[in-house]
Amino acid sequence: MPTKPAGTLYRGREGMWSWVGHRITGVVIFFFLLVHVLDTSLVRVSPEAYTAVIGAYKNPLMALGETGLVAAIVFHAFNGLRIIAVDFWKKGAKYQRQMLWTVLILWAVVMVGFSIRHLSLALGGH
Amino acid sequence: MSATEIQSPRSAKAPAAKVGSNRIAPQYRRNGSSKGNFEMLAWLFMRLSGVVLVVLIFGHLFVNLLVGEGIHAIDFGFVAGKWADPFWQIWDLAMLWLAMLHGTNGVRTIINDYAEKDATRLWLKIVLYAATTVIIILGTLVIFTFDPCPVVNGVQLPGGFCPAP
Repeated sequence: MPTKPAGTLYRGREGMWSWVGHRITGVVIFFFLLVHVLDTSLVRVSPEAYTAVIGAYKNPLMALGETGLVAAIVFHAFNGLRIIAVDFWKKGAKYQRQMLWTVLILWAVVMVGFSIRHLSLALGGH
Repeated sequence: MSATEIQSPRSAKAPAAKVGSNRIAPQYRRNGSSKGNFEMLAWLFMRLSGVVLVVLIFGHLFVNLLVGEGIHAIDFGFVAGKWADPFWQIWDLAMLWLAMLHGTNGVRTIINDYAEKDATRLWLKIVLYAATTVIIILGTLVIFTFDPCPVVNGVQLPGGFCPAP
């Protein structure tokens, strides 16, 4: 059995987990994007076909799915800006951990706001 | 378990040693001459498109989900209203192209990382690039050939936005 490497700065720490999160959210967003271009393309088939399929996005279960998707997008967006700062800002690598916590705090704030607004609109009577 | 093997990057062919170079390590150059600096440009594109996509996608989500009735307002008429304005046509076109290219390059990186056999990588990338090409062409055509008042065999389809006769 290989021994566990000790004292690495990256493995198992913030840098690694943010990288894992960035990959997973990126793949999720990419596959949604493929589906989303296809469903939007139904406007070219007929108004009723589009409205019927987009109606599938308006049920309560999908409202939760949309919230999850937006959570993935917002994390990928903020963490992407962090990656740019790590690459281009002189002190980026030094402060990458602090920047990850900033990303997570901003993500939580944005998601609380988004969830309240979107879920009350999507689930509320109208 | 065998010892960890360090492999050369799969994104570019291993370069031949350059004889007589003044570089410190002339045997190892990241970019093979045939590929030019494609990988560096791809790396740069991810960062530049990423910044633009944050603006485009946050704007898209805000206008479509958080304003007015939110998602309940989205139907054929909503799309027709947006694409009557060239501003939103260009917005959506830029979002389509940048997001697809950004996502395709991301998935290409993931394929390079995890698919170990040459043939597997080749086929996964063929499927990826085919899907990307179809989606970008389809989306672009839909944005520019959109018809708010579709007519089939002389009959207006229900739900369309047609000028009063």
